[in-house]
Amino acid sequence: MSAVVGQGAPIEDPAKIKVETPFRRFCSEFAESKLALGGLIVISIIIVVAILAPFISPQDPYDLAVLDIMDGRLEPGEKSGDGSITYWLGTDDQGRDMLSGIMYGLRISLTVGAGSAFIACMVGASLGLAAAYAGGKTDSIIMRIVDLQLSFPSILVALMILAFLGKSVTNVVIAIVVVEWAYYARTVRGTALVERRREYIEAAECLALPRYRILFRHLLPNCLPPLIVIGTMQVARAIALEATLSFLGLGVPITEPSLGLLIANGYEYMLSGKYWISFYPGIALLVTIVAINLVGDQLRDVLNPRLQK
Amino acid sequence: MSVYLLRRLIQAAGVVLAMSIIVFVGVFAIGDPVEILISPDADQFERERAIIALGLDLPLWQQYLIFLGKAVQGDLGRSFVFNEPALQLILQRMPATLELAFAATFGAILIGLPLGLYAGLKPNSVGSKAIMAGSILGFSLPTFWVGLMLIMVFAVQLGWLPSTGRGETVEILGTRWSFLTWNGLTHLAMPALNLALFKISLVIRLTRAGVRETMLMDYVKFARAKGLSPFRVTFVHVFKNILIPVVTVTGLEFGSTIAFSVVTESIFAWPGMGKLIIDSINVLDRPVIVAYLMIVVLMFITINLVVDLMYSVLDPRVRLDSK
Amino acid sequence: MADSLNPATAAAPTLEVRNLQTHFFTRGGVVRAVDDVSFTIGRGKVLGLVGESGSGKTVTGFSIMGLVDAPGRIVGGSILFQGNDLAKLSEEEMRHLRGNRIAMIFQDPMMTLNPVLRIDTQMIETVLAHEKVSEDEARARSRDALGMVGIPSPDERLKSYPHQFSGGMRQRVAIAIALLHRPDLIVADEPTTALDVTIQGQILAEVQKLCATTGTAMLWITHDLSVVAGLADDIAVMYAGRVVEHGDVGEVLDAPLHPYTHGLIGSVPSRNKRGEPLRQIPGMTPSLLNLPEGCSFRARCPRAQADCVVMPELKPWLPGRLARCHHPHLEEVVAA
Repeated sequence: MSAVVGQGAPIEDPAKIKVETPFRRFCSEFAESKLALGGLIVISIIIVVAILAPFISPQDPYDLAVLDIMDGRLEPGEKSGDGSITYWLGTDDQGRDMLSGIMYGLRISLTVGAGSAFIACMVGASLGLAAAYAGGKTDSIIMRIVDLQLSFPSILVALMILAFLGKSVTNVVIAIVVVEWAYYARTVRGTALVERRREYIEAAECLALPRYRILFRHLLPNCLPPLIVIGTMQVARAIALEATLSFLGLGVPITEPSLGLLIANGYEYMLSGKYWISFYPGIALLVTIVAINLVGDQLRDVLNPRLQK
Repeated sequence: MSVYLLRRLIQAAGVVLAMSIIVFVGVFAIGDPVEILISPDADQFERERAIIALGLDLPLWQQYLIFLGKAVQGDLGRSFVFNEPALQLILQRMPATLELAFAATFGAILIGLPLGLYAGLKPNSVGSKAIMAGSILGFSLPTFWVGLMLIMVFAVQLGWLPSTGRGETVEILGTRWSFLTWNGLTHLAMPALNLALFKISLVIRLTRAGVRETMLMDYVKFARAKGLSPFRVTFVHVFKNILIPVVTVTGLEFGSTIAFSVVTESIFAWPGMGKLIIDSINVLDRPVIVAYLMIVVLMFITINLVVDLMYSVLDPRVRLDSK
Repeated sequence: MADSLNPATAAAPTLEVRNLQTHFFTRGGVVRAVDDVSFTIGRGKVLGLVGESGSGKTVTGFSIMGLVDAPGRIVGGSILFQGNDLAKLSEEEMRHLRGNRIAMIFQDPMMTLNPVLRIDTQMIETVLAHEKVSEDEARARSRDALGMVGIPSPDERLKSYPHQFSGGMRQRVAIAIALLHRPDLIVADEPTTALDVTIQGQILAEVQKLCATTGTAMLWITHDLSVVAGLADDIAVMYAGRVVEHGDVGEVLDAPLHPYTHGLIGSVPSRNKRGEPLRQIPGMTPSLLNLPEGCSFRARCPRAQADCVVMPELKPWLPGRLARCHHPHLEEVVAA
């Protein structure tokens, strides 16, 4: 709004304002940042690529039969021995096309990242809601655990979980969920505490609606804006954490490498100047994380009423 | 002050106890300790004897008390791999990690403070915008990938810096330090920068926010009204005020620097305890894992305590209130 | 009282502000915070600058100090300090005057002293900023200044931090800092507003005494007419960024010319009019972003007529009495 005045533009004509639904208003405010819009477009492309990877990738990187070890460590742009494929981003030590590897890697990274962030959101939001609604002992116990956990860095908590449970994809997901749920719980509790004192909750309670209905139909939807913002940021964090754990060899198995493992695979060849095996998966990871963060930043500005100037 | 100190100490002890239970239950109850602790070649009789000898037939709470009793005496078990006391293994590698973490923290302040100060004093300049964009990158970039890129550029392409190890060290008080030799410093530079990256961004943001907030304060305007030079206003009146949050946060972050050194140490083959823990998790050397987790938790809690106390030294208002 | 000390130079004013304009160039448009302010302060005199909050008093003070920050800027007029135009000085030249020849006291004593620096640091740096003396000498001067404003055991107090002082004591420290170089002019921006009434009285008495002995002129910015009545020699009334009335404090308060001043005085609760409803000025202070054409007070003015759409000039209606109005309350002055 303020930007409109700032540009010295005439006030929008009233007819246009009338049809402005909250969603449209949200969209137009979001689009004010070209950077965030760019981020959104990039994310969309990445998601489409990840979904369509089996159809658009030049090669199935998991099918060992199509890999030719003779094509190993080819530079970007070189052709395969039989001339059938051009390796635009080079190949890794097993002759796997990096471009295909990255597309499939994105699939795994996004699935693990978004999936675990989603589970963490479910767990955290439920516990946060419960803490805010129940109050008293329940609240203080849940929040004590949240405080304790947030005082330790994510990597340490994740290492602890993997040390307890051993390494596997499921355990990486569990580790990310354990790391992230506390952020959701704290956010939802904070918002819910404010919201539950509002009249509409009182009204719902006067109607003697069942408790779960008040919680999930009345309270939760009003806690959504901060949840969406936190959720976006946490997806980026989850992807980065998964990549880090996989890089350390504690994550996904070598047979179905995520971006982090692809980067780790290229590590030993980096010293001999074969940069592309690590470099391009890294770029894919970087672009994904930055794009999500840009969108998240703008979402925070648009959805947070306290920040509206 | 002493009441406050006592309360904080009891609090810290409570957290240590809670964490020891979590670690104990996590490592010894979720996994099967028999498989971990007893050689797979042992026959049935040997197994049972070992189970009784290790106290594994006792109820869990009793096992925990035994574990706790030994832990207090500094006995956290023996490493399966190295066949050495786990605690000793960790302590041997701790100086390398501490050196790296200190270098990273120091570097973060050295680089982050001036940049943040500039961005705060001239918020609309092109330089400031570049600095802020850079700090967003610093938050987003995965540490391990930046580490690889540093190796690619400075070690492989330019050949300026060595890519792995600690280099030459000097022995002082029984431990070896890299930062005292030129060769060691060149080895330290890249890992430290890599580990510092996130913290540089953090310091920049904190400093900038602090400067912008402080510049609006009446006492800064009053300092200008006294006719002080801009230099003195900035570096005495503004700087001393922003130093408090920056020191607090970098101090609190020191613990996470140690935790995140796991990644950096793996990349640069820095022989610290972070690399040890990753190796130990990979070969399931559980006593070392337990020892590492307990030591890091203990360090964490100590750091939080020290930062709290330092805060009260730096800020005269806190000092008075807690008396 | 004060002018008896320096009758010869009383004619040469310490400060003469002429048609000062300070505007703020914000995203929302140009805010004319100060738009045509003129007044004079003679040597050793106290001028009370009166107005509602938002009328531009504080910005006027900061303009004189050269402390207007972006997006604000002095865009017109002159600030003659002992004959030199401050608006034309470089930042470096201005800095040498600030805290030295012209000092300022701020409104909120809880906020003006740096919380993390000791009192001695904050005083000594002020001495050293303008004079090359030893640190011991600077400390001695600081101690004397603290004693002068009535702070007991100044030697000990020098080593304290601001939070160890009460609000009144902090304001005394701020005044002591302002007095360190025996300035020719002190700009005091509502320095007693945040204080208890008893402390306020003490500080006013202290300031009056100091001005009388040192010959320091003072610009006393306030919204409190009773403070002005007790302290000032002259008064300037501001409304919406402009001085609307200027003159001797006794004469103006007894028989104001401008309808705004009239309303302002009428709004003060007084013992004489117990039981009568308070008079008030209807309406609200206009937004400085888009002031109405002509006299900015006309929408609220009981005497407004058609010619008020033309902005009146600040001009003398009686000897030594200036007002910015087409229809001043002349009849009451004559009656008085």
